[in-house]
Amino acid sequence: MTASLSRSGQPKHRKPFPTHIIVFLAPALAVYGLFMIYPLFDSLRLGFFVQETRGVERFVGTENYVTLITDEAILQPRLLNALKNSFLFFAVNMLVQNPIALLLAAALSTKTRGGLLYRVLIFSPAILSLAIAAFVWRLLLSPLWGVVYDILKTLGLGAYAQPWLGLESTALITLALISAWQYLGIPMMLYFATLISIPNDLFEAAYVDGATDWQIFWRIKLPLLMPMIGIISLLTYIGNFNAFDVIFALKGADAGPNYASDTMMTFFYRTFFGSGFQKADPHMGAAVAGTMFVILLAGVLLYLFIRRRIRSYEL
Amino acid sequence: MARNADAVKYRLRNYKSDLDLRHLATKILKHWMLIMFAFLSTAPVALVVLNSFKARRAIFRNPYHLPNAATFDVVGYETVFEKSQFHVYYFNSLFVTLTALALILLFGTMVAFALAEYSFPGNNLLRLFFLLGIIIPIRLGSVSLLRLIVSLDLIGTLWALIVVYIAGGLPLAVFILTQFMSQVPSELKDAARVDGASEYRVFWLILPIIRPATGTVSAISIIPMWNDLWFPLVLAPGEATRTVTLGAQQFMGQFSNDWNALLAALSLSSVPVLIIYFISSKQLLQGLTAGAIKN
Repeated sequence: MTASLSRSGQPKHRKPFPTHIIVFLAPALAVYGLFMIYPLFDSLRLGFFVQETRGVERFVGTENYVTLITDEAILQPRLLNALKNSFLFFAVNMLVQNPIALLLAAALSTKTRGGLLYRVLIFSPAILSLAIAAFVWRLLLSPLWGVVYDILKTLGLGAYAQPWLGLESTALITLALISAWQYLGIPMMLYFATLISIPNDLFEAAYVDGATDWQIFWRIKLPLLMPMIGIISLLTYIGNFNAFDVIFALKGADAGPNYASDTMMTFFYRTFFGSGFQKADPHMGAAVAGTMFVILLAGVLLYLFIRRRIRSYEL
Repeated sequence: MARNADAVKYRLRNYKSDLDLRHLATKILKHWMLIMFAFLSTAPVALVVLNSFKARRAIFRNPYHLPNAATFDVVGYETVFEKSQFHVYYFNSLFVTLTALALILLFGTMVAFALAEYSFPGNNLLRLFFLLGIIIPIRLGSVSLLRLIVSLDLIGTLWALIVVYIAGGLPLAVFILTQFMSQVPSELKDAARVDGASEYRVFWLILPIIRPATGTVSAISIIPMWNDLWFPLVLAPGEATRTVTLGAQQFMGQFSNDWNALLAALSLSSVPVLIIYFISSKQLLQGLTAGAIKN
C-alpha cells in the first residue's frame, strides 16, 4: 500500500523502454533458440532436401519420405521393424514399470518404518547412466558368470534360463525390462508425491464407515491419481520411444541379433551416420527424425484429447 | 444377560484381534515387498562392485562371497588406469555438467523472474515456447545441430556439449523456477523498489528466497547431463573429450572379455555418483517430491 502511494506521489513520466526485461530474457532465448528450436525445425526442413554434389542441396519435396516408406530393399522393412519395436519397448515399460511403481508408492504412502530408506534404495539405479546399468545387467545375464541363472535354479526355475539378451525373440523385451528396472524410482516418486498430498480427512470418513484399505485405494485414491497416471504415461512414451542408450550400449548401432532390438532412435542413428549395411545419409536421417517428430506429436495430442475427456478431480 | 454381555465382549475382542492380525499381515507383506524391490534395485551394482576387488578365478567360483586375503585383487583397476583415462573422463564430465548447470540456473532464474514479475505482450506465448522444449527431445534435431556445431567450430570440444545441454535443460528449469518465482511475495520486491533499487538489484535480492527451487532444478538437470550417451557420441567422441558415460561405454566394448577390467570400469563409473547420491538423497528426494506436488 505504501509502495503504491509513494509511487503515485511522484511526478508522472513516461515509462522507460523495458530494457531490463530484454536483458533478463536474452541469454536464455539466444541459447535455447539457437541450439534447440532452430535445429529442430531446420532438421525438419533438411528432410525435404537431398545432397547433390558437395555443399549443394536440392529441394525434393517429400521424396525422402516416399523412399523411406516404399524402399523395399532396406528402409521400409527397417522402418516398420523399428516402429514395432519402439512401441513394444514403450508397452513393456508401461505395463511393467507403471503398475509396480504405483504399488510401491501406495505401500510407501502409508505409515512405513524406514520409508525414506526404501525410497532412497529403490530410486538409486535411476541416477546411474543407462549405458552403465545396461552393462551391469549384461554381466549378470551372461551365461559365463551365470548369476541370474543361479538364482533361477535356486527358485526351481532353471528350465527357463536362456541367454535372453542374445536371442532374437527375447532381446528387445530384456532390454526394455532393464530400462524399466532402472527408472522404476521416477514414477514411484511421482506417484508417492501425489499420494501424500491427498489430505487425510478425505478418507478418514471412509475408514470410520468401515471401508478397507483396498476399497479406499480403488475408490478414493486411484481417481485422484488419474491426472498423474496420465502425465507419467506421457513421460514414459516420450522417454521410451526415443530409447537408444541401452540398446546402443549392449547391441551397438546394428541393434542385433538381426535387428531384433532396433528402435526408431537406433534406426535414426544408423541412417544418419551409416553402418556396415547402410550408407550415411543425413537427409534421410532428418526424414526419419521428422517421422519420429510426427509420432511423438500424435502421442502428445492423444494425451491432451484423453485428458479433456476424462473427469478429473481437483483437490 | 450377563452371559450375553460377555459374549458380545468376547466377540468384540475377537474382532479386534482379527483386525490386528490382518493389520500385521498387511504390514509384513508390505515390508516383504519393499525389501524385495530394494534388494532388486541395489544388488546388481553391489555384486559388480564386490567382484571388482577379486581375482578372476574367485569372480567365477564364488561370486557371492566378500573378497578375502586369498581372493583380493585389484588387477582390474590397474588395467583400467593403464589402458584408459578415467581421470580425464571424470574431469570432462564434471566440467561439462557443472558449467552447464551454472548457466542453466543463471539464465533460467533470469527468464523465470521476467515471466513471473512483468506482464508484457507475448508473456504467455513465451511460456509455451519454453514448454515446447519439455515435450520434444532435442536429439531429434541432431542432424541440423551437428552442422551448426561444425560451422561454429565447436565440434569435438566440451563446449559443444555445454551449449546443447543448456538448451536442453532450460525448458524444465524455466518451468519449475517460474512456479517458485510467482510465489515470492510482492511486498518484498516493492519495498526494495521504494528504496530505489533497480530491477537488476530486485532480482539479485530475491535470489536467496528461491534457493530451495534451485536445489530441485540442479538435481533434475545434472542427472540426464551426466548420464547422456548420445551427444558425446555425436558431437565429441574423441579420446580427449570423452565423458565418463561414453568413456566407460567404449572401454567396455574394447575389453569385453577381461572381466576384471569390466567390473572395475563399471564400479569406477558408478560408485562416485552413488556416493554423492546417498549423501544428498534426502534433500534430492524431498526436492523431487515437493517439485512434483507443485507441478
